[in-house]
Amino acid sequence: MSFISLLWVLLLGSLLGLELIGKVPPTLHTPLMSGANAISGITMLAALTLIVKAEGNVPLLIIGSVSLGFALFNVVGGFFVTDRMLAMFSRKPSNKK
Amino acid sequence: MNLPVIIKFVIDLLAVLLLALGIKGLSKVKSARDANRLAAFAMSLSVVGLLSYYLGTSGIAIQSWIWIIIGSIIGSFFGAILAKKVPMTSMPETVALFNGCGGMSSLLVALGVAIFPISNSVENLNFFKSLINEVSISVSIFVGAITFTGSIVAMAKLQGWLSTPGWTQSKVRHFVNIVFAVASLIAFFDLINGNTSSIWLLVIVSSLLGIGVTLPIGGADMPVVISLLNSYSGIAAAAAGFVVDSQLLIVAGAMVGAAGLILTQVMCKGMNRSLVSVLFGGSLSAQGTASSGSGEYTNITSCSVEECALTLEAANKVIIVPGYGLAVAQAQHTLREVTKKLEQNGIEVVYAIHPVAGRMPGHMNVLLAEADVPYEQLKEMDVVNPDFPATDVVLVLGANDVVNPQAKNDSSSPLYGMPVLDVQEARTVFVIKRGMSAGYSGIKNDLFDLPNTSMVFGDAKKVLNDLIGELKDLGVGEK
Repeated sequence: MSFISLLWVLLLGSLLGLELIGKVPPTLHTPLMSGANAISGITMLAALTLIVKAEGNVPLLIIGSVSLGFALFNVVGGFFVTDRMLAMFSRKPSNKK
Repeated sequence: MNLPVIIKFVIDLLAVLLLALGIKGLSKVKSARDANRLAAFAMSLSVVGLLSYYLGTSGIAIQSWIWIIIGSIIGSFFGAILAKKVPMTSMPETVALFNGCGGMSSLLVALGVAIFPISNSVENLNFFKSLINEVSISVSIFVGAITFTGSIVAMAKLQGWLSTPGWTQSKVRHFVNIVFAVASLIAFFDLINGNTSSIWLLVIVSSLLGIGVTLPIGGADMPVVISLLNSYSGIAAAAAGFVVDSQLLIVAGAMVGAAGLILTQVMCKGMNRSLVSVLFGGSLSAQGTASSGSGEYTNITSCSVEECALTLEAANKVIIVPGYGLAVAQAQHTLREVTKKLEQNGIEVVYAIHPVAGRMPGHMNVLLAEADVPYEQLKEMDVVNPDFPATDVVLVLGANDVVNPQAKNDSSSPLYGMPVLDVQEARTVFVIKRGMSAGYSGIKNDLFDLPNTSMVFGDAKKVLNDLIGELKDLGVGEK
């Protein structure tokens, strides 16, 4: 992948992000922040790449593994905590019966 | 193009699409929960895509599998535990912590690649390519380090582990931060010039810069900072994407970065603060004390819980204004008991939610939802403000700055221009509060001096419990 095309990817990705969040009710700001935060843990893919390409280089394996741990902490925790928050909103209708 | 490449391409494309739909869905109440799961699914899918690609091409060594499994298990385990255990009141801190760890991950990837160049990418490096590599590594380290230390400081401040040191409120901090910033730049260019040892300088000064920038920011502005740092962690992920040549990472990182910026902007608007003044203005209280120090309270009326109960019983319409103090006292469930009693007596109860009630926009909604308050009873500020003149009783619970009429009347006030709830328009206002201490902003609240305002002093939970007892004695809510 050439650098220029990666830059295009960056540009289009940013525009997509700007477009996606137009009107958000304040209710959802915290869950949205925490959900987006979980997605930013996508660096786990970079950590995985690092580990796979380490070719037996132990210090590199360790760095990759620690990095993967941090990223997954972010991803797993982020999605779970967002789900916990959102569960409180969606529970409402069934409760009223 | 061979098969693994095509499969990975298709999976990546699908993952990006699902992530975008996920972020989109998260901005609507109905679809939010499914959208969150969709995003989580997309993330898992992207991992499967990456691993299957390597399995189909170079293969994955046993040793790599071991380290992958160790890292995944430990990270996921602690993430899941924290997410399950953390109380809803500490949500802002938790998001900050998760966010910091995402930044740390990008930082470590870049460090790893910088210190131990990945063998097969080195072979055919021309000058241009290696320059890009150095730049993206530096950016990833710089942004990752700022995200990490900034988020940790934000968390520590919200938890009350760190206070705001005095020197950070003086001009000294600008000087200190400029020194850090310049040092980072020097390290940055040194690194690009091929001097690999300056990578450590970059790590250290950008970490310090993250601390130096976040430390002076006051508690009230912290949500904005967390949102901004969230945006940074997206940028850090995108930079890491350049480091390891992954389009998926770049797209996802850029999306989060851009979406985070928008969200930050929305939050700033709600607080009537510009991003610049949040970042460089220091804590609001530092500016506030000078201008409002002269204001002493002259006309405070305090009343007992009993009087409060009597007034409530006679009311037709009650508006509750919850604030962070309510959350700290963990009194949202007790509050729900009180409002249930009032509703059973035919009294209309509504909750007025200021955009920044609690410590994050939407935080109060989450807390009240936890206490089973029906979603329809939560009214946003613009919707509820015209209702105050027709309201008999307003109960202010642990909110302060968001009900300060100064924001409308006093152009010299630091709060001036901030959107507030017009509670003073109601017939009677009860403010339940521990004492006369000021709110987050440290500014005197003119509301407390008004003749139709009565203070009920005490811990929110205790007062509400007493209130339940009094209402019971009056026979409210027992049919």
